[in-house]
Amino acid sequence: MDEDPVDALVATAPDGIDFDGLSVEAGEDGYAFETPDEAASGLDEAALRDAAAADPYVENWYFWHAVAPQTDARWAFLRWLEGAEELAVPERYDALADGLATEWGQLQITVSLHDAGRRYDLRHVDDSETPAADLAAHEDPLDARDLAKHDDDGDYRPLKTAPSLQTGWQFPDLAAADLVEAVHTLYPATVQNWHREREGELDVDHWHETVSRQTGIYGVVRTWDRGEGYEHVNWVAEACCDDSQCLKRREWQYDEETELDVDGGDGTFPCREPCSLVVAAARQWTKLEGEQAQTYEFELTPSEKEQVEAIIDAVADGRADGIREADVYDGANRYRTRFLRAKLFDDEGNLAGVETDD
Amino acid sequence: MEQALVIAAHGSHLNAESSTPTFSHADTIRATGAFSEVRESFWKEEPHFREALRTVDADEVYLVPLFISEGYFTEQVIPREFRLDEWDPELWGSDGTSADVATLTADDTGQTVHYCGPVGTHDSMSDVIVQRAKSVTDDPDVGEGFGLAVVGHGTERNENSAKAIEYHADRIAEMDRFDEVKALFMDEDPEVDDVTDFFESDDVVVVPLFIADGYHTQEDIPEDMGLCEDYRDGWGVPETVDGHDIWYAGAVGTEPLMADVVLERAADAGADVRAAIEQVRGESGAGSAAGD
Repeated sequence: MDEDPVDALVATAPDGIDFDGLSVEAGEDGYAFETPDEAASGLDEAALRDAAAADPYVENWYFWHAVAPQTDARWAFLRWLEGAEELAVPERYDALADGLATEWGQLQITVSLHDAGRRYDLRHVDDSETPAADLAAHEDPLDARDLAKHDDDGDYRPLKTAPSLQTGWQFPDLAAADLVEAVHTLYPATVQNWHREREGELDVDHWHETVSRQTGIYGVVRTWDRGEGYEHVNWVAEACCDDSQCLKRREWQYDEETELDVDGGDGTFPCREPCSLVVAAARQWTKLEGEQAQTYEFELTPSEKEQVEAIIDAVADGRADGIREADVYDGANRYRTRFLRAKLFDDEGNLAGVETDD
Repeated sequence: MEQALVIAAHGSHLNAESSTPTFSHADTIRATGAFSEVRESFWKEEPHFREALRTVDADEVYLVPLFISEGYFTEQVIPREFRLDEWDPELWGSDGTSADVATLTADDTGQTVHYCGPVGTHDSMSDVIVQRAKSVTDDPDVGEGFGLAVVGHGTERNENSAKAIEYHADRIAEMDRFDEVKALFMDEDPEVDDVTDFFESDDVVVVPLFIADGYHTQEDIPEDMGLCEDYRDGWGVPETVDGHDIWYAGAVGTEPLMADVVLERAADAGADVRAAIEQVRGESGAGSAAGD
């Protein structure tokens, strides 16, 4: 890694190089060195060194072959971050001098080119304008494990790709390999699955396959999946997989032939099968949905009916905590809700005094 | 050829600290440099078992379950979720505590996976239990005048659960280090609730064979043993119960020497990690591995 790019180029030249506009060929009369900006042939090693010295095409070739991680997914991700397949080296290097920023879920990744080569800045996208002095700086990509664990309120995040990543931190100066590690730690396997999808090789396991392989306490979910419709799976996807709940783009459907009716979302990286949270929730819904509907009679004023709806909406949208203390005009306001409980619940907590039938 | 280590642990949707021992042992092993990559993977967290291998660059992977007993998770869930399609429990040929290794190919990535038995049934786990007793008493010579209770979950779902507890209790008893050694359980006899009934020693170290601290080790067992009325009040170490001093150790899986067991599993599967084992045993106060 500490090798000089020109030394590396000279060592590789006998095998030939053809990369991002740089071409080096070994012929009987010496080396041919060519970029869109210059061309020379019949070069001996010393002349090849002169031609290659301080050439951005050579530096670019060196980075992508000796510095960047070489496995397909990591390499492709880093290339994508700087638009390497679209931008020629001079334009790209101009852009990198200013810093090229890309979003990945709630992350903002900025690649820039310094004397030390390409460096990567990683932070929450909401902190894109936050001065570095106001952000906690990290160096070790494994620090991201702690950042991923809790949201800004200190609540545990069981789902890494939930749109609740905490703010206030920064990795200001990551090398290429460490950048990919940090991204992996915050959003595990997203780079690999994104790459597989780009290559047309994403291995999607649909709902039916995923449920069918469950055993143990999750085996019960198979009984909810009777092959006679998929409305229940629409509800699951609407509940759990909406962009407001998870930043992955749901690519799994009911089965290979049956697409779900709800939107899979707009995420950059795909979701290839129902995750463990979906399966665990589905286990609970399997039990609950096994119950028969009953008829209950309640008397509610029109406003009370709407208030019940407002409370359900507020909880489902994660809005309940944000309703202002004195905003008694919002049906899900705490005072409004406590009033409803005081008026309608009996001492056992039964709505309108109506007992629950088992 | 580069060798990678993947640790497979349970994780939790509810408890943020469930993954902490896994991260900690992975970090210890990373620091030895024995593997080109060390990856944590989880059943209830991410990276999930399903997608862990695709994040590993090495072609050769040592997969070590950070689980206590052999059974449902090690024989069904992990091989299925890692897509080790050739897996058959017969490949371990285990009697419930003697799993070793099976070398398989992962169906989705083509990697060679050396699928190891769980940490909990490896012989060196006995050393970790003893080390846990040393840690909680802050006495490297602890043994004489002390009883040791090894506590397990019991047979709720898996008969091998009790086997692993009894296996280590028997091995530690054979060391003649403690005056008494007993295997106790949460939901079968002999029950941990009656811990003081089973010991004559005034001092008893209680080591739960669990990977992470959580509901069982921090709420259930302390209350059941009478260390406290309510777990939120906490308890002393030691805490006096029925005239005995109970030294409650918390989950054995949090002991730093657990990293050694992970390495031992990989070593038994053919990984070149002997220097790393010596380093970890030295750092965690266990001294050199004896005889092997």
